[in-house]
This record gives sequence, C-alpha cells and structure tokens, in this order.
Amino acid sequence: MGSYVLRRILVAIPALLAAYTLVFLFVRVAPGDPAVAALGDYASAEAVRALRERMGLNDPLIVQYGRGLLGYLGGDLGRSLITGIPIGTQVASVLPHTLQLTFAGLLVGILLGIPTGVLTAVKRNRLPDYLGRTFALAGLSVPAFYLGILLILAFSVRLRWFPVMGSGEFSDPWANLRHLVLPALTLGIIMTAFVTRMTRSALLNVLREEYVRSARAKGLRERTVIYLHALRNALIPVVAVVGSQAAVLIGDSVMTEIVFTRPGLGRLMVQAMNQRDYIALQSMIVLYAGLVVVINLVTDLLYGVVDPRIRYD
Amino acid sequence: MTRRFGGRRLRAFVRNRTALVGLVLTLVVACLAVLAPYLSPHNPLEQNVYNMLAPPGGTHLLGTDDLGRDVLARILTGARVSLTVGVCSVLIGAVLGSVAGLVAGYFGGRVELLLMRVVDLLMSFPALVMGLMFMAILGPGMDKLILAIGLVLAPQVARIVHGSVVAIRQTEYVTAARAAGAAPGRIIVRHVLPNVLGEILVMSTLWTATAIRVEANLSFIGLGVSPPTPTWGNMIREGVRWLVVTPWLSVFPGLAILVTVLGFNMMGDGLRDALDPKLH
Repeated sequence: MGSYVLRRILVAIPALLAAYTLVFLFVRVAPGDPAVAALGDYASAEAVRALRERMGLNDPLIVQYGRGLLGYLGGDLGRSLITGIPIGTQVASVLPHTLQLTFAGLLVGILLGIPTGVLTAVKRNRLPDYLGRTFALAGLSVPAFYLGILLILAFSVRLRWFPVMGSGEFSDPWANLRHLVLPALTLGIIMTAFVTRMTRSALLNVLREEYVRSARAKGLRERTVIYLHALRNALIPVVAVVGSQAAVLIGDSVMTEIVFTRPGLGRLMVQAMNQRDYIALQSMIVLYAGLVVVINLVTDLLYGVVDPRIRYD
Repeated sequence: MTRRFGGRRLRAFVRNRTALVGLVLTLVVACLAVLAPYLSPHNPLEQNVYNMLAPPGGTHLLGTDDLGRDVLARILTGARVSLTVGVCSVLIGAVLGSVAGLVAGYFGGRVELLLMRVVDLLMSFPALVMGLMFMAILGPGMDKLILAIGLVLAPQVARIVHGSVVAIRQTEYVTAARAAGAAPGRIIVRHVLPNVLGEILVMSTLWTATAIRVEANLSFIGLGVSPPTPTWGNMIREGVRWLVVTPWLSVFPGLAILVTVLGFNMMGDGLRDALDPKLH
C-alpha cells in the first residue's frame, strides 16, 4: 500500500511538470505585454519597464521557467501583479472555504444520489425510475450558476431563510453554516444527478449476477440482497465515475463561488483573469491541474476501500 | 413470454421517447434561432429609457431589461449565438480530436503514446479552467470563443475515437486491406473512419450540450461574446444585479439554457442507448 502510494505520487510528478510547462508556454504566447495588460493601455513607458523588470519578464524564458518552477517547489506561487500580495497567502486564506464547499457538495451528492440511484434501479421502468432519471438529466443539464440563482430566489429572496452572499467567518460556526447551505446544495444537486445515474446503471448490471440470485434463493430479505450484496459491488464503478467527473465538478464549484460571491479559489482565478494578472492566473491554473491529479490519486486509493479484492502491490 | 416481450417493447419505446423529446426540444430551439429576426417584434439592441425593467406581459412578452431592451428578442438572438458556438466548436473539436484519435489508434507505438499523453495532460484541466486559459490567450470575440471551446472538446473526442479505433484496427477487414497493400491513409479514411463515424455523430449531440454549457459559463463570467450582442450567459450576468426587483431578467435566459442543453442531452442519451443496449 505504502509503496503503491509512493509510486502513484512519483507518476503524478511528470504530469504536474507537464501541466506547468504547458501553462507557462500558453501564458507567454498570449498576445500583448502582461505588464501593459496589468497597468492598462495608458501607463507610461517607464512604469511598464519597471513592472517588466520587477516581474522578471526581461529575463530569458528558460530563466523565468526555472524560477517559477523552483518557486512552486518551495511553495511560492509568486506575487499578484496588481496588489503585490503573495498569491500563496491569498490561496491559503480562501482554500478552506473552497474545500468546505466541495466536501459539503460531495456529501450531499452521496447521501442523496446513492439512495435515489438504488430506488430507480429497483423500481426500474416504473414511476420512481422515470422521476429519478428525469431529475438526473435535468441536474446534468442545468448550469451551476443558474441553479444557484434559482435557489437564491427561492430561499433567500422569497423565504429569507439563508443569506445571499459571502461565506461567514469560521469563528462563527452558525453564520458559516447558514452561508454554506445554498452553495452546498447547488453543487450537491449536480453531484446527486451524477451519482444517481451511475448507481442506477451499476446496480442494474450487478443485479443480473449469479450471486444475487443465490442470495435471493437462500431466502435473504430483498433489502439485505440489495444493500449488502449488490450495492457493495456496484459502488466500484460509482467511485470511478465520481472521481473522473472531478474535473467537471471543479468547474461547477468555480461557478458556484462566483454566483454566491463566496471567497474561494475559483473567484481568485476569475479575478486574476479579469485583472489580466497573468502571473496569478498561471499559478491558479497550475493549482487546479494539481487538484485534479490529487483527486485522481485519492479515487484510485478509494477503490481499495470499496473493493477489498483490489490490492496495491 | 408475452410479458417479457411487452417489457422490451416498453423499454424500446421509453428509449425512443427520450431521444424524441430531445429531438423536438432541439428542433424547436433551432427553428426559433433561425427565425429570430422574423419572430421577434422588437429589435434586441434597441434601448428605451421610458420603459426600463418592465414586467412580463403586454407588448413586451417577457418584459424589458435595465436599458429598456426587449427580453424575448434578446433571448431569441441569444439562441443564435449559443447554437452557432455550440455547433461550430463541436465541429472543430470533432475534427481535431478525430484526427488525433485516428492517428494514435491506427498507428499505435510511439505516436499513440505521445498523442494520448498529451490528451491525458489536457484532460487534467477542468473544462472551464481550460476554456478560461484559452480565452486569456486568444482574446475576446465569437470566433475566438468557438476555437477555445473546440480546443476544450478535442481531447475528449480524441480519447473516445482512440478507444474505438484500437478495437477496429485488429479486425479482419483492416488486416485484409493492409495485406492488399492499401496505404495507411486510405485504410483510415475508407475502412476505419466509417466505423467510428456513427459514434462520433451520437457523441456530438452530447458534446454540443457541453459546449453550450461552457459558453454560458464563460459569458456569465464576462468572457466570450462581448455586449451588446446578447448571449444567454451575459443576459443573466446583467440581470443578476436586479435579481431582487426583476428576477425574470435572469430566470428566462436561464430557462433557455436549461431547455436547450436538456434537449441535446436527451437526444444524445437516447441515441447512445439505442446504439449500445448493454448500457441499460
């Protein structure tokens, strides 16, 4: 197990390096001078020159590449071109909010999606199945930001149950939780749609297996057959797909943060984009690629938890 | 026996019905987009300071926005933008991805390793993040947006086409063609491509749904097609400021996105199930 994790991490390193290289090159081929972009078209020539010097844009590309890489290895994400604040500091201050949102969304998705998926599979081609499948299709089709707006309209504007924007301080758990409900629900409903569909099709496959028939034949209750025998084996593809959808869900979490004006990585990235802060943008994109790599690693390790037959050696 | 037969018929019917509903939704949206200039009673860009934020009803069926522009006319024009971007970007993505997938899958070896590594690399970026990155490089504009979304889709296309080609390259008719001395280019175009084309076409409906969603996301962030040209995403972006007073400014364009994406997804789902009944 330990050596497997180590090997997977070693494999992830070239992937991350390649991602950094790609983003580095992309940002450099972007038309226009990043210094001009950051300062605006009316900046004086001296100001632009000074900023270029400060950004290290006058150095050869390979030097810039190496400096960025060394920085990342040492945990230094560079400084914002606009504010001069270290990007690492900004990331550290918003990361807990993003993680909180993502995990809450995941939790909602699993808690709602697996039972719904089981229900639709068991009641296949009957009313609950149609309802569940329609809901899942709608959940896969609705953009996260629109779902967020609808929830705000219903629960914040009309019912006034939850605040519209922000995230609340962690020091005030009640306010923090109240701010979390709607964004987590937005992400969670979309997650639920994914999980429902996967659980349904995986369970339908498993229910055809011989051992399910044996379990029924020896007189086990249907609930035991479904939940203890069939679902356990159906969960493997579910974990795989949820993991492979991580990249999609990350995109949705970015949009959710924007709609609810919650502090988070996504808003930081979009802000960098809008301010034409190419250094910050580069760091944020590399960070997101890293996040996907980490999630894929965790997914692989989770296989072993859901399926004891899988050994890592 | 009869019961099972009935069940199968029912299932086939359900499958077709999903695809059918999807097809109808998509066709309706497409017709509205094509006929937009003739259908809308107002100019989508015409401002009217005396009739700002008018509620739905009357001459302005879906109300007016904060500049007095007709929301219905703008949604209809937005449909043209969404469908154009959706279809064109899928074309670009499908061509680029298919070429990469065909070449990698047919030739195998180093070419395959290299191309598929690049595909894996690109797929480690979330679609939205990648779209954002390409827009940062390419700059604003509808043509750039189409290219950016096409590039986002290409690796997904490549991975699926590659998978199919790997299965096909071992078939006897490909071996036979090779033994007969056909050039690789000819084998790919005449023997391999026709066999993956069906899958590419079916998946294209699902990719169009993705493309329209990415477009909506990007224009909601403020990237992509610039105002005053209405897109569903930038209409919602502008409407959100008035969410408490005039929610319809955000609700109606969003409904248009939902219906369109749902239509393409239902059509794709239904078609895919029809092609591969094992999945159900």
